[in-house]
Amino acid sequence: MEFLGTLEQFFGPTWPVVWTLAKIVAIVAPLMLAVAYLTLWERKVIGWIQVRIGPNRVGPRGLLQPIADGLKLLLKEIIVPSGANKFLFVIAPVMAIMPALAAWAVVPFSPQLVLSNIDASLLYILAITSMGVYGVIIAGWASNSKYAFLGAMRSAAQIVSYEIAMGFALVGVLMAAQSLNLGDIVHAQRGDFGLLNWFFIPLFPLFLTYLISGVAETNRAPFDVAEGESEIVAGFHVEYSGIAFAVFFLAEYANMILISTLCAIMFLGGWLSPFPAAIPVLGAPSAWWLILKLFLVVSSFLWFRATFPRYRYDQIMRLGWKVFIPVTLVWIIVLGAWMQTPLWIWWGTFE
Amino acid sequence: MTFQTFIFYFFAGVLVASAICVITARNPVHAALFLVLAFFTSAGIWIQLQAEFLAIALVLVYVGAVMVLFLFVVMMLDINIARMRAGFWSYLPVGGAVAALLVLEMGFIVTGNYFGAEGAPAPDALPPGYSNTKELGRLLYTEYVYPFEIAAVILLVAIVAAIALTLRRRKTTRGMDVGEQVKVRREDRVRIVSMQPVRAGDEDAQKRGEA
Repeated sequence: MEFLGTLEQFFGPTWPVVWTLAKIVAIVAPLMLAVAYLTLWERKVIGWIQVRIGPNRVGPRGLLQPIADGLKLLLKEIIVPSGANKFLFVIAPVMAIMPALAAWAVVPFSPQLVLSNIDASLLYILAITSMGVYGVIIAGWASNSKYAFLGAMRSAAQIVSYEIAMGFALVGVLMAAQSLNLGDIVHAQRGDFGLLNWFFIPLFPLFLTYLISGVAETNRAPFDVAEGESEIVAGFHVEYSGIAFAVFFLAEYANMILISTLCAIMFLGGWLSPFPAAIPVLGAPSAWWLILKLFLVVSSFLWFRATFPRYRYDQIMRLGWKVFIPVTLVWIIVLGAWMQTPLWIWWGTFE
Repeated sequence: MTFQTFIFYFFAGVLVASAICVITARNPVHAALFLVLAFFTSAGIWIQLQAEFLAIALVLVYVGAVMVLFLFVVMMLDINIARMRAGFWSYLPVGGAVAALLVLEMGFIVTGNYFGAEGAPAPDALPPGYSNTKELGRLLYTEYVYPFEIAAVILLVAIVAAIALTLRRRKTTRGMDVGEQVKVRREDRVRIVSMQPVRAGDEDAQKRGEA
């Protein structure tokens, strides 16, 4: 702390800016590293599922593979298609990754460890992540390519449909937690019984809806019609190469990690331990629990990709509008009634 | 100039510039994108007014959903800009009159001689722990519950009407019955036949297999 005081004097009035920037770097740098190694983990997991070894040539056990991939993409030329709108073409990847990073500002890693503990953080997350679709739409339109444009149209329709179900799932969470603050939502899941106090039990239909809508929102298989390489080559990013393509790639994986983290925070007790608090060491809350939970959820995303064939477009629309939205609406009503009765036992033990 | 006034003027400048671009941009897709920028910056100004719920809802609803659908439509339209510009001069007097009226009305409110907006007291500083969202919810569901419910019913009627107007059942449309698809079992589609192995050119064996 004394060291911080010296630094504060050194920077003078610019200190708040410097300190905030330092905190942002402290979140974004590990996130980018996690994104890089998530790509390796994905290739390994899918390899194992398909009885292959996966990447194992670059570095010991293939551990340097993401770095080699990144270097390769950095050194490649960015080709702007003729007739493309150059400004929008370049800004589209930025629009895709910006929300994926900005949402982390309000994500709590432990009761103290959060960059900005705002009151309506759940709403903020919902609003910021809803802007991610602009990257896809602008990329598809500015590329001046029919394949890219088709991908963008599919993506726009899909994301708008699934956002409604996702929003309703979050309404259930905020009803149960009686708060829009992510930290308070975790506190509301605290109790004497470990994982039985978490919201995934009373909100189970909403939990499943959120998880599946999350897969759809991140354009991951089996909902990856926006890319659909068997019919529209690579969809919205078919014209992108080099680092511009890499930024789309980073955005997709950063979004996956974000959705998994939110899932862990809202339904799986965040940094709380799955064991009852009475057990020493294992029962203590810690940011490691959050990391473990988000790792498990992210790995399930990879498992889905290796297991399910791609949905047909009309099946996606049917699932979003005719299954998820009614399920969430009904469960919100059930939840509201349930919370008025003594049978509701998930009142968190706030300290 | 404090930091907050600087931010206000920054947002206000971007807002005015993007709003002007919405009506002057030649390409309708660019106009829609400028409208997105205008919505986003006005949300920033609302945050400065401590109306964080409204600001976030503006981004969520207008930027995140409405404008996406707008872009969806505008991008697919084949708009002939030359034809849209025809008749500009004949519309100008009417449009100019409406614009002048709007400027006049805004002037009345902003200058404050008649409405006293200048003399209105600044809102009290909000106490810590004050929740904008909770306050809005309480007002909507207690004091304004009937107008709120009526608005909801009107919206529902609008939804039903929009669907009823556009829904056409054609007899030639062939769809799938999902219930039928789910009901199908493996036995309905696959039949396992056990047969003797067959070697190429071994006609006797093939006959035996068929028999």
